[in-house]
Amino acid sequence: MYITDNYDVIVVGAGHAGVEAALAAARLGGKTLLATLSMDNIALMPCNPSVGGPAKGHLVREIDALGGEMGIAADKACIQMRLLNTGKGYAVQALRAQEDKPFYHTIMKQTVENQDRLDVKQLMIDKLLVSNGEVVGVEAETGEVFEAKCVILATGTYLRARIVYGQVNYESGPNGLRSANKLSQSLLENGLELMRFKTGTPARIDARSLDYSKMEIQSGDSKLRNFSFISSITERSQVPCWLTYTNEKTHKIIRDNLHLSGMFNGMIEGVGPRYCPSIESKIVRFANKERHQLFIEPEGLRTNEMYVQGMSSSLPADVQLKFMQTIPGLENCRMMRAGYAIDYDCLDPLQLKASLEHKGISGLFSAGQSNGTSGYEEAAAQGLIAGINAMRKINGQEPFILGRSDAYIGVLIDDLVTKGTNEPYRMMTSRAEYRLLLRQDNADLRLTEKGRSIGLVNDERYEKFTAKRTLLERIIHQLSTSNVAPNAETEQKIKNIGTAPVRPGMTLLDILRRGDVTYKKLAAEFALPELPEVVAEQAEIFAKYEGYINKQKQEVERALKLENKLIPQDIDYHAIKELSSEAAEKLAKIKPVSIGQASRISGVSPADINVLMIVLEVKRRREQDNE
Amino acid sequence: MENTAKQYQEETISAVCTALGEGAIGIIRISGENALAAGEAIFKAASGRKLADYPVNTLVYGHVYDADGSMVDEVMAVYMRGPHSYTAEDVVEIQCHGGVRSLQKILSLSYAAGARPAEPGEFTKRAFLNGRIDLVQAEAVMDIIKSRSDAALKVAVRQQEGQLSSEVRGLRKELLDVIVNLEAVIDYPEDDIEEMTFASVLDSVNKTAEGVNKLLANAHTGKILREGLRVAIIGKPNVGKSSFLNCLLKEDRAIVSEYAGTTRDVIEEQFLLGGIPIVLADTAGIRETEDYVERIGVEKSRRILNEAELAIVVLDGSALLSEEDFEILELVKGRSYVIIINKSDLGSANIKNSLNGEFKNAPVIELSAKTGAGLDVFTGWLQKFVYGSDKHLGDGIYVQNARHENLLKNSLASMQDALSAAEAQMPYDCIMIDLRNAAGFLGEITGDTVRDEIINEIFSKFCIGK
Repeated sequence: MYITDNYDVIVVGAGHAGVEAALAAARLGGKTLLATLSMDNIALMPCNPSVGGPAKGHLVREIDALGGEMGIAADKACIQMRLLNTGKGYAVQALRAQEDKPFYHTIMKQTVENQDRLDVKQLMIDKLLVSNGEVVGVEAETGEVFEAKCVILATGTYLRARIVYGQVNYESGPNGLRSANKLSQSLLENGLELMRFKTGTPARIDARSLDYSKMEIQSGDSKLRNFSFISSITERSQVPCWLTYTNEKTHKIIRDNLHLSGMFNGMIEGVGPRYCPSIESKIVRFANKERHQLFIEPEGLRTNEMYVQGMSSSLPADVQLKFMQTIPGLENCRMMRAGYAIDYDCLDPLQLKASLEHKGISGLFSAGQSNGTSGYEEAAAQGLIAGINAMRKINGQEPFILGRSDAYIGVLIDDLVTKGTNEPYRMMTSRAEYRLLLRQDNADLRLTEKGRSIGLVNDERYEKFTAKRTLLERIIHQLSTSNVAPNAETEQKIKNIGTAPVRPGMTLLDILRRGDVTYKKLAAEFALPELPEVVAEQAEIFAKYEGYINKQKQEVERALKLENKLIPQDIDYHAIKELSSEAAEKLAKIKPVSIGQASRISGVSPADINVLMIVLEVKRRREQDNE
Repeated sequence: MENTAKQYQEETISAVCTALGEGAIGIIRISGENALAAGEAIFKAASGRKLADYPVNTLVYGHVYDADGSMVDEVMAVYMRGPHSYTAEDVVEIQCHGGVRSLQKILSLSYAAGARPAEPGEFTKRAFLNGRIDLVQAEAVMDIIKSRSDAALKVAVRQQEGQLSSEVRGLRKELLDVIVNLEAVIDYPEDDIEEMTFASVLDSVNKTAEGVNKLLANAHTGKILREGLRVAIIGKPNVGKSSFLNCLLKEDRAIVSEYAGTTRDVIEEQFLLGGIPIVLADTAGIRETEDYVERIGVEKSRRILNEAELAIVVLDGSALLSEEDFEILELVKGRSYVIIINKSDLGSANIKNSLNGEFKNAPVIELSAKTGAGLDVFTGWLQKFVYGSDKHLGDGIYVQNARHENLLKNSLASMQDALSAAEAQMPYDCIMIDLRNAAGFLGEITGDTVRDEIINEIFSKFCIGK
């Protein structure tokens, strides 16, 4: 054992959480080490070849607005982009991109390699080094010790990972990568609590072996869109995905072979996600459903591998091939990789603070699937926050914490550290109570200033943002101060727009509130400035949603009063006899920082909260008296 | 919206802060940021000035009026500006004459004016948190909170409340089904989930709103069972009003109380008839004593009627209808009433046939206050009147708690917002705000929170995911 080097921040794992964490730390001035099991698998997408979707697309935009990397890379490697939920309201619209997986990896690999102050090394980390409750570094299997002020665990699904295909199982990470077996032990020895989760991935099949005439084509949107607010991509060639369905024959083969499934023969110990069920669980749990849909998605432009979305399975490979060949379009398919289930160790996120630092070990942060989440976007979001907060700790700054009303990232982390999770946690828009405020279209307006003050938003991004914001403010001002005189000329204009007559005292903003009026139509008649589409859209949303947005803002304001009532961390919950025992136990474990957070813990009742408020007041007065 | 947090937000709260039914004066306390506004909304000083125009802590004489502008009670009101009040917040207190009915009425007016029902111990809790109460008392406050919340839990498992909970749960489930479907479609746009149409959303929410409406209508029954049905017996002198009253009292000896008010010379008789608590309000004169004979019934009748939920018009069946009888009948037009034709034992003048116009199809019961014949018919009619036509005594679900009633009203209002949003074809993300609020309010009655439940339901109902 010998000391090789010392760093401000060491990031263990170079998946989606790890790269964001390392980039953020290095960009904020930290001497950073990014340790990966394989230099050839940085930012690997071991499962679906896509980024975004409802809530996930929101996360990508938020990461981007704060100065993270995922949106930029996803735009570059995108081979199909769609805006989902267009008919369901601005708050739930979401971008979803199909990605060229190898290219995404290459882009991220180049980005981290070229980042100043960032060392990227292929290392198997075996030990976490802790001294007196503070993290001091890590030890690699080579015996090398790397010292650090902060360590960020971003170990994904690699801790004691085990792959299961039917009856066969072996120690391994995804895609034949090594599993990290010793680090789990070291974490346990340092007092961390681990959970065992499970996830899975479907088979990949050869594009040349498919009959596309039997499947439904799914093309990208003709209108070009990007995740990143600073992407300058204006042209993109897109490739389609294909839709097909299972049938009774498929289901019969699966049912006949259920006893061979790792999911049902007791071989898998981990808890799997409900939103990502294996095909065998779907057929068992929804026995009445006659067919299940499958999307066949390209894994990239320079590969023949196609991802079979909807077909995750831990059945033996021969059974997987057999049932896939019952599916229209897949009759002659050749399987290139079989689907598998994987189970792995992860941290119970209740051990973490909202900064993602461990409550017991100073300087230890954790992000991504190692915190019990699922998904590339959820991982990247946490990685970014962990990287930021590691550097803020080193610099003696307050942690950067987003609230539930600031961002999906805030909802994600608050859920994790307040409620914990008993399955891999996936972000959903229905988890966000202030969904109307947390739109993907306004992520820049919500977060760019914050990213700027942290130091991750560069001049280019900031200037682009402020220009947009100025335009928006100007047009809102103009619209809300332009009264419409109800005369013949106006009447004609209103007629041209095709909306109902105006009442006296109406402004142009009031007219824009109407469902049948767009900015473009309004601008044409009333000589308003021509605006970039994104600005016009913001003005429309402002006009049309104002009532609902204000409703939510009032709720936020009320809730913030509770968020701002802070709870000292040295409080002894077990000594408060008026608390229910369940509440005392939960509060002692989670150590909420505010009354607001405490009120979200399950098992803590309103009466418990009232008791807590009084205890805090008593404490405050006693301390005041002592001074 | 998540409602767990709501209860300890510093909203304006109100409650009766004197023991119900005891003492001649009852006090309603409104505390919080909007206390003055709420107070001004329901109280009109006799001077015509605003409460805020008086120096603080001044007792002001005036009246409370309801939304229709009818007078509820003669009261004294006082405005105390925070921090110089019990809770150290802005407080308006209204002192009224202690009748349960006017207290409840003023309380519900205060809710309508923006206050919400105070939680157990909440005034004291606020007083403490705002530094008004001594440290020594802190523990006592916590005890109150704990014991009252335990008591509330116990109440919740009681038969009546248990039935209400399961009814509310059922309604909430209907709303959740809509929410869960829309949320699943939003979060999994590419999965093959059968999406509800706007029409079916409207249908379903309308149905739930109807259910809540029904509960609220029953809240009226619950209120009657809790507070008693206000009844006025009117009629010209000597038609047998007092013998009819005595006949009712004889029927059920469980007279809850009998006292003469000191302020407005009101007599209240409280008794049970067919299991229904009756509060019979009357001026002293209704009991015609030998040395006091009413000359004019109309004036007096008019006055009692304003307080009553049911008017009983007593006519003398042994004589022809007089001018004064018709005048009295005019008074009950548009109100809830029943006509009693008394003295059926003295032979009939067949006056039923002389009732014309609106009164042709009026509920008419012939009875003899003297012999008691026909009283069972009246009792049966009364039960029907209170419980509705096809309900039997005791098997209905009645909202008896003002807080529950308030939450049901809030939920209904949110549903109506959702309905108008859906009718205007607003997008899901907007409609969902109102729907979630509506479910949230119902959940406050049953103690269920929305967010996790929605997600659990999405996964159990729909086969989704890659």
